[in-house]
Amino acid sequence: MSPASGTLGAQVAQLARRSVLRTLRQPAQVVPTILFPLFLLAVNSAGLEAATRLPGFPSDAYLDFAMAFAFMQGAIFSMINAGTDLARDVESGFLSRLALTPMRRAALLVGQLAGAMAVSLLAGMVYLLVGLIAGVTVVTGVGGVVVLFVLALLIGLAFASMGAFVGLRFGSAEAVQGFFPLFFVLLFLSSASLPRELIEQDWFRTVATWNPVSYLVEGIRSLFVIGWDAQALALGFGIAAVFAAGAIASAASALRTRVVRA
Amino acid sequence: MRAFLDVTGAVWWRSSHNFLTNPQFLVPSIMFPLFFFVAFAGGLSSVGDVPGFDFPSGYTAFQFCFVLLQASAFGGVFTGFGIAADFESGFARRLMLGASRRSAILAGYVLTALTRAAVVLSVVTLVAVLSGMQVDGGPLDVFGMFALAAIVSVAATLFAAGVALRARTIQAGPAMQMPVFLVLFLAPVYVPLDLLSGWVQAVARVNPVTPLLEAARGLVSGGRADLALADPIAVGLVALFALWALRGLRRAEAAGG
Repeated sequence: MSPASGTLGAQVAQLARRSVLRTLRQPAQVVPTILFPLFLLAVNSAGLEAATRLPGFPSDAYLDFAMAFAFMQGAIFSMINAGTDLARDVESGFLSRLALTPMRRAALLVGQLAGAMAVSLLAGMVYLLVGLIAGVTVVTGVGGVVVLFVLALLIGLAFASMGAFVGLRFGSAEAVQGFFPLFFVLLFLSSASLPRELIEQDWFRTVATWNPVSYLVEGIRSLFVIGWDAQALALGFGIAAVFAAGAIASAASALRTRVVRA
Repeated sequence: MRAFLDVTGAVWWRSSHNFLTNPQFLVPSIMFPLFFFVAFAGGLSSVGDVPGFDFPSGYTAFQFCFVLLQASAFGGVFTGFGIAADFESGFARRLMLGASRRSAILAGYVLTALTRAAVVLSVVTLVAVLSGMQVDGGPLDVFGMFALAAIVSVAATLFAAGVALRARTIQAGPAMQMPVFLVLFLAPVYVPLDLLSGWVQAVARVNPVTPLLEAARGLVSGGRADLALADPIAVGLVALFALWALRGLRRAEAAGG
């Protein structure tokens, strides 16, 4: 069946299949998404284990504390993957050809994001599995793991949609890659490495407090080290949902413009 | 000798000019080390209060030394990217046809890396000093610290050049970048060696970057810098990677540039 034919669901399924297969067939997209966060998790958890001796540190093991960092890095990689794939579709002319068919724009966007989300899910499972083998404890138990994946996928969707927006807006894989450092900076300028209360430098604590990424990190982290923290989860889910909605709307708008140009 | 210097100078001028006049090369080269410095020295400063963390010059100076070596090493890696790009564009092939002594080309790229390092480290050092970094070492210690950074830059350039001369494509970028990234982050980045835990401590103990980092920290703090270990390692790395790069050059020659 041609992707352009059939119902919206069939169109989404066809494009999602293409997106998932294309992503999984590219080791350059899958391997760094999984290995790079695990490497930094290993290095940071050993390098900063001493930080758990600071009065007020919320966990006895830095590894538990650092798990959120890995999930956030995975989300940033999903942004790069989704954006790069869409930019390549623009560059290769696939999008222009698709624009000639009755394919609905919503199907294109949702289908394309599916590949990035699949990698996000796979990467999240690997992070958790490796973490559990290394001794990570999830204080919220099995229920917490379920909530963890829902939140991680929502954050992944938000970042992937942002990547899709950049890929469609600029139509260049290089431009998408250029956004990677920006989001990496946002992650490092958040409370990802230390709790905000323990950040000594006032200006850094202020930046981390205003940085929405801090609340995404704290939402995930609460499930590992604090327990059922309604405020952290509400902020995490709330910011992720607003970010996802804004990013999806921006990507849809960019797609509309791109299809008109095509 | 004159011909050697002419080629070296021409490669250095061209590559340095490219670096200094292209914001897309210059800005990330300066911003990345600055960002790491800000994120580590600013965000993690309370790590300096951990019991057993004994570094008299404070956490800012402690992290500055890591950023110094990291910026030097990555300047070398980015120079390797430039070599690979020159091969992809065909420029390197023409250069090799025109150069009477091809090792002069390599020397030109090494000088470029040192120029990059000088520019980037000047900015990072200025920011560090303005942010209140405490320097307890004397002028000779500080000179020694920057000399160490220069040697690291040369070693990293020769390593990356060896990869670039063999692969002759920018797609080899990760093969230049990842080993340097790994070896840097498997050193005592956040805390002194004794405060590391687990397997990272075991790896850091045998990581050649560890003595270099500890020597730089010893120099900036005016304390004990084990140069008897760091100097031979630094010189050894340069010698090893010079051999690696020269053999890569022979491979590139054999492949017709």
